[in-house]
Amino acid sequence: MEALLSLAVKAIFVENLALSFFLGMCTFIAVSKKISTAIGLGVSVMAVQAITVPANNLILTNFLSPGALTWAGFPDVDLTFLGLISYIGVIAALVQILEMVLDKYFPPLYNALGVFLPLITVNCAIMGGSLFMVERDYNFSESLTYGVSSGFGWALAITAMAGVREKLKYSDIPDGLQGLGITFITAGLMAMAFMSFSGVKL
Amino acid sequence: MAQTRREMLIDPLVDNNPITLQVLGICSALAVTSSLQVALVMAIAVTMVTAFSSMFISMLRNHIPGSIRIIVQMVIIASLVIVVDQFLKAYAFEISKTLSVFVGLIITNCIVMGRAEAFAMKNPPIASFVDGIGNGLGYGLILMLVGIVRELFGAGSLFGITILPTVNNGGWYVPNGLLLLPPSAFFVIGLLIWAFRTWKPAQVEEREYKIQTVEAH
Repeated sequence: MEALLSLAVKAIFVENLALSFFLGMCTFIAVSKKISTAIGLGVSVMAVQAITVPANNLILTNFLSPGALTWAGFPDVDLTFLGLISYIGVIAALVQILEMVLDKYFPPLYNALGVFLPLITVNCAIMGGSLFMVERDYNFSESLTYGVSSGFGWALAITAMAGVREKLKYSDIPDGLQGLGITFITAGLMAMAFMSFSGVKL
Repeated sequence: MAQTRREMLIDPLVDNNPITLQVLGICSALAVTSSLQVALVMAIAVTMVTAFSSMFISMLRNHIPGSIRIIVQMVIIASLVIVVDQFLKAYAFEISKTLSVFVGLIITNCIVMGRAEAFAMKNPPIASFVDGIGNGLGYGLILMLVGIVRELFGAGSLFGITILPTVNNGGWYVPNGLLLLPPSAFFVIGLLIWAFRTWKPAQVEEREYKIQTVEAH
């Protein structure tokens, strides 16, 4: 339990997906102009991340890793090279299913998050979460924790960014830095702030 | 299309650069640039994937039903990325370790998807291939520039060869460690965008709020 808690803190602050691995940057820059949309997108990323990372973990352990197909009579088969294509397939399919379920059973939530869901399939933070899960050999409970907390970290970062940008648009910025340039520099300053969490251990 | 092939290749380098103007594919641009060698490998990998995926998608464009086109594009891109990944693991294992998840993330790199959707779905294969190469090079250019700044001033070397001898090795240069850490990538790209837009004022974005200057009495 303690290990999981420390994993969660690490995923939220120290190894924040957006600010220390630069994942999901395209959407991070494009959709952080207003706090309300940023929160909407952040929550959807968190939800999708919490489902896809454990789902991909199950796929990896039960189908792809060496010897995983023993139950089907193929003890020597190693399908890990198919990893990338299966993860992206799972992500695309899950996002589609989530969209349909929300539309049918939770229409208010669907109206709030609906526009962001297609964006999430191509969000590198989601794919990155699954790939980190593979690289670091997380087991099922670890990947569930990692999915939720890394999604939360991303949501936190984009919300904070949107807050800064809402104020920033009133300031006098040199022409060339207007828009994209200053956004990058702000993100850099935020990343430095988040770096001060490194070394925090539970 | 009035654009010639040459324009298609040159245009994305500065005038319509995928990173500084179209805001695509930033994730990997920031993450892999702390050393120049890795940045170069990444740039080549992305160029290859963009070019070939654009070509294949363009070949199939009249057979792909609109409703499932994203999935079809994803499958084509993912297959190409698997090829690149396996190739790197076989011939450049050290670099593939450093790149870790970022090779896999070429799949979700917006440049590849963006060019497939915006160009390859409407144009013939050869033009799409050239467009893919051009955008890959535009991406590579920024990657190399950021890589040069970060490696030269962060570690005093280029491609691992010492240019500025550092204090630790008996030289005179005190390396700026910040440049090897993640936040510096944001600053370098931000400043690069500033430089590009000062050079090409047409790329400057409109202000959302004009600041009123008060007349002095």
